[in-house]
Amino acid sequence: MQSSSEVDTSSAAPETSGARKAASGSRWSSLPTVVRRSILLVAIVLLWQLYVTLSGVSPLLFSSPLDIAEAFWEGWTSGDLVGATLVTLRILGLGMLIGMLVAAVLTTLATWTRIGEDVLVLLTSMLNPLPAIAILPLAILWFGLSPSALVFVIANAVTWPIAINVSTGFRTVNPTILMVGRNLGLRGFKLVKDVLMPAALPHTISGLKTGWAFGWRTIIAAELVFGVAGGGGGLGFFINDARYFLRIPEVFAGLVTIALIGIALDAVFTWIERRTVIKWGMKSGT
Amino acid sequence: MREQGERHTPRLSEGTNRDFGGEHGDAVSTGSTETRASGRPLLTVDHVRIGYVVDGRLNVAVGDVSFEIWPGEKIMLLGPSGCGKSTLLKAVAGFIEPVGGHISIEGHDLIQPGPDRAVVFQEFDQLFPWRTVADNVAYPLRVTGKEKNEAEATARRFIEMMGLSHAAERYPHQLSGGMKQRVAIARALALEPLMLLMDEPFGSLDAQTRTRLQKELNDIADRTSVTILFVTHSIQEALLLGHRVVVLGQPPSEVEEIVDVRNVKDPDTEEFIEVRRRLRELLAGEGEDVDHAIFE
Ligand SMILES: Nc1ncnc2c1ncn2[C@@H]1O[C@H](COP(=O)(O)OP(=O)(O)OP(=O)(O)O)[C@@H](O)[C@H]1O
Ligand SMILES: [Mg+2]
Repeated sequence: MQSSSEVDTSSAAPETSGARKAASGSRWSSLPTVVRRSILLVAIVLLWQLYVTLSGVSPLLFSSPLDIAEAFWEGWTSGDLVGATLVTLRILGLGMLIGMLVAAVLTTLATWTRIGEDVLVLLTSMLNPLPAIAILPLAILWFGLSPSALVFVIANAVTWPIAINVSTGFRTVNPTILMVGRNLGLRGFKLVKDVLMPAALPHTISGLKTGWAFGWRTIIAAELVFGVAGGGGGLGFFINDARYFLRIPEVFAGLVTIALIGIALDAVFTWIERRTVIKWGMKSGT
Repeated sequence: MREQGERHTPRLSEGTNRDFGGEHGDAVSTGSTETRASGRPLLTVDHVRIGYVVDGRLNVAVGDVSFEIWPGEKIMLLGPSGCGKSTLLKAVAGFIEPVGGHISIEGHDLIQPGPDRAVVFQEFDQLFPWRTVADNVAYPLRVTGKEKNEAEATARRFIEMMGLSHAAERYPHQLSGGMKQRVAIARALALEPLMLLMDEPFGSLDAQTRTRLQKELNDIADRTSVTILFVTHSIQEALLLGHRVVVLGQPPSEVEEIVDVRNVKDPDTEEFIEVRRRLRELLAGEGEDVDHAIFE
């Protein structure tokens, strides 16, 4: 990237932060975000490939991007990686569902009763800081080396961030908006559905987002432990299995899959936010 | 408290017709045919005392306030900032329970919030952020039982009255403060309530828009039998819109005086100047910066 003192800053006008940095004299900033990121990605992959080719590092320790791409392609076409991904996602989905239900019950109790609120605050302050994976030994003790143990761990991981966010959302609803709802004669469930829920939506979405992120990290960690124990069949198991048989590119292909799904989940939430709370000015976009 | 000026008979609402667009207003618009003796007040505020609990202590905002509102009347609440005007309005709306005294509506003591008393709040954030302007006005109509098409048509009419047709599809966060307030006014008017409770609704508008909307509100009140409780800082506005002006003092506030301004509408008359001077005195006696607070 060359820098120049007579940069055309007007081309960077749509993006304010870019415009500000462009004024300091770099043509780089005037490029669109997608282009900047793509260039960087390509550069990193090229450097990586160069390093592997030139340094002669052992293929048992490190794979080249080309090998990984090949393993990735094979994994997806042969169905191994697809199967592993589906197993993981199914367990994650089940855990999320249970976690969301428990969170919904806790939040309802916390919103309507004082004792419910106290219970939620207490449980959350104790269980939320605990890394969810720490529950796994107990879960294995209770459920054995079965998917149920994983589901339990995931449910525990996602319940607390969701519950605490949603109940904060309900409790911090703008009192004027609430008065407007009551002024229209809204009560009970209709008040909750038409006023409280949309008003609490920014918190709800960020709770779900955090919940998914926690759940995703936790399930991979739990499956790796399971993989070591020889059970499962999900992505963590896939990675462990590949390592055991020294199929190093497949290890990397598993990691790439995990990263891509994480990115996709994040994109889904960003998409939902764009269409709701950001569009309504309830949360500022980034 | 005492009342000043000639005691005029207020208009009484005839029946229940509250159709803003209708042609029925004439029969009840003159205010000279009915007497108070023939009915009962729509709203009675009787030795009401209201406070907020702050840090476990009761902080009294409204000390002892009594007045009545007769059907079809326009009552202006005037008083220094922080004297409890909004608090009183919220109590009438049913959001705050007085710690003493009674508020009753048509004889009923225990009042709940309801669409028969549509409120225009003082706060700017009173619109639903997730609904467009058109939807913010139409949704309350749907909730109170109107058909979809009728609700949308009515909403359109009142949005146009507020001069906001161009912004009907925008979301509240894309509006200026004054525009938001006008949407809230449209929403309240469109409900065609028994009572309008308005908390400084025109406070954030420019002079021309304010004058136009004051006239619009007067027209609506003339055409229908709506009863209005209106909070304002402005003596000018109180005189222009009101039948009677309830002047409140410093918190914990009491009624300083209830001034009848029904026949004081022409700014050039002696009487108008006299009443305005009296109101200024009342407010000034309360330590308000007269020049600053009273002239708009
Ligand atoms: N939610 C609240 N909690 C505690 N105190 C409050 C609350 N709302 C208002 N008060 C207090 O009650 C008093 C009256 O407030 P209120 O909003 O009714 O005044 P106001 O007459 O409407 O003033 P303004 O003309 O500035 O709108 C003030 O002293 C205020 O500090
Ligand atoms: Mg106020």
